Amino acid sequence: MGTARTTGYHPGLVDLASGQISREIFVNDEIYAEEQERIFARAWLFVGHASQIPNPGDYVMSGMGEEAVILCRDRAGAVHVFLNSCRHRGMKVCRYDEGNTSVFTCPYHGWSYGTDGRLVGVPYFREAYHSKLDRSRWGLVEVAQMCNYKGAIFATWDAQAPSFPEYLGDFTRYLDLQLDGWDGREGQAELLCGVQKWLVPCNWKFPAENFSGDTYHNISHRSVDLAGIGPSGSSRRDLGERNVSRKLHVCIPDRGHQTILYVMPQGRETPVAYQNAPIVSEYFAHCEAEKRRLLGEGARLIGAPGEIFPNTALLSRQPRTMAVWHPRGPNQTECWRYYFVDKDAPHEVKEFLRDYYIRYSGPAGMTEQDDMENWNYAHAASRGTIARRHPYTYEQGIGTAVRDYEFEGMRVPGDVIDITEIQSSEQPMRNLYRRWAQFMEADDWEQLATWRHNERAAAAE
Amino acid sequence: MSDRDDRISRLLLAQDVAEFLYGEAELLDERRHDEWLALLADDIRYWMPMRRNVKFGEGEREFTRSVTDINWFDEGKDTLARRVKQIQTGIHWAEEPQSRIAHLVTNVQIIEASPSVADAREVSVKCRFLIYRNRVATETDLLVGKREDLLRRENGDWRIARRKIILDQNVLLSKNLTFFF
Repeated sequence: MGTARTTGYHPGLVDLASGQISREIFVNDEIYAEEQERIFARAWLFVGHASQIPNPGDYVMSGMGEEAVILCRDRAGAVHVFLNSCRHRGMKVCRYDEGNTSVFTCPYHGWSYGTDGRLVGVPYFREAYHSKLDRSRWGLVEVAQMCNYKGAIFATWDAQAPSFPEYLGDFTRYLDLQLDGWDGREGQAELLCGVQKWLVPCNWKFPAENFSGDTYHNISHRSVDLAGIGPSGSSRRDLGERNVSRKLHVCIPDRGHQTILYVMPQGRETPVAYQNAPIVSEYFAHCEAEKRRLLGEGARLIGAPGEIFPNTALLSRQPRTMAVWHPRGPNQTECWRYYFVDKDAPHEVKEFLRDYYIRYSGPAGMTEQDDMENWNYAHAASRGTIARRHPYTYEQGIGTAVRDYEFEGMRVPGDVIDITEIQSSEQPMRNLYRRWAQFMEADDWEQLATWRHNERAAAAE
Repeated sequence: MSDRDDRISRLLLAQDVAEFLYGEAELLDERRHDEWLALLADDIRYWMPMRRNVKFGEGEREFTRSVTDINWFDEGKDTLARRVKQIQTGIHWAEEPQSRIAHLVTNVQIIEASPSVADAREVSVKCRFLIYRNRVATETDLLVGKREDLLRRENGDWRIARRKIILDQNVLLSKNLTFFF
């Protein structure tokens, strides 16, 4: 791969050849400040879901990196993402988590903005400004690009960034697993009402790398497996298809996205699940059959934890959730967790899944709790002068990834490691930090869109 | 019944209910979780909504709804028992080593007693809580809010049939909720 660097970002901090990554990138104040500039101001970030703002004038608070933003639908129905800060003196123009409005009026000096971001009201415009303020220049700061992808709203502050589909590259099908219906119909997922938001004392990259596909941390969750919170109300915490499918680590090397993926054997049906809940079991059996009919071979793919660079986590199996790891200083992360169900699912199914989601995920989730304890104290124990001298190791599976893997006729693009037998690799983390280092080093998107270089080189030959 | 008798009945009930709630807090703080579970009615609903900032007059949108929405907690006894079981595995890292927890229960108010104060079979009671959690070395959480409980008499003893927990926070300031309210 032409863009691979063995040593990246201030040589020695991210050393992919040896699989060693310095603790500095997690705990260092200056590196954190640089991340805000080089990563969060340039990458595509998840902002919310269109189902949160169905009607004109609807808005919901969100965040992009450290910035507070407003996701809203204007009176004409168009979706916008604005910086939640008055252009005059910076006050938040809205401090409600959600609502419906025709204007956002700043409580400080009274500037008001339409839901399309235009500055529509300036007190003493004639008297104090002599009607000379160019109001067209002082609307709310809007993101440079926004994309409504099957209801998921992503945005970036960088006008030079590639389009969102190009940013996703071959990762698109894994976001599809998240946003499409279980029966394979496009964009049928809807958000359950209520976004969980909570603070964890760790660097944002701890959850990001965990959701990139850390299959090595089974010990973390042994207690929840013993307590038995599976989807049927007992047993292991997840579903049975893991026992019959190929389990892969899939990394899109030039994009920095990565995921765990289950691929069902050809011609084999997904094992029956939720046996203790007949309505639910029936619903999913119906969806699986529909999916096979609609997608054919595509129905063999079953999603799992994954990460869109830099801080959007996917989990397209159950519990079906997305999360955003908002940086709040090098030592703190504000986690936002969104939960999905099929729009058309019977309410019994939605309620059943909701119960499972709450007991599994989030701060009261019996699985996620133990993750956060690890991120908390791993971070805390990495801050000392001595601790920082000793890098973490990400050596598992170095040099064993297969480019464009194939399993029983199913082609899986990217760098892939089959972890069915070997259980674990650290390819996803190396993939994440390779991209992280590229972002930290590159001056602009011309350098970051590495796939275009390769395409150009190929065309020249 | 005379006015005086009525007041005495109220006083006795208030005292009885407060003692029950303090005793419950004692069990939790002493980590006697199995005994605590025994205080819960089999059909208990244990619900802790999330809270949103909403405009004045839109109060009904402030709380996430039970059953349909995502909440911090919204579950029955089976899940609560599994939470206890998880702590008791000794490898639930978020509670291992175990936290030091103190429940302060105060402002206990009887809202309703049925069929009567003198012969109460069900009591709806409000209180304030302050939960202090300290764990490992310096990690400390303070959670303050209100509780609305429905207590039911079963074989002469109070059982908790419903608990609504109203935490006075928007973004949860604690990394997890591994303990009981």
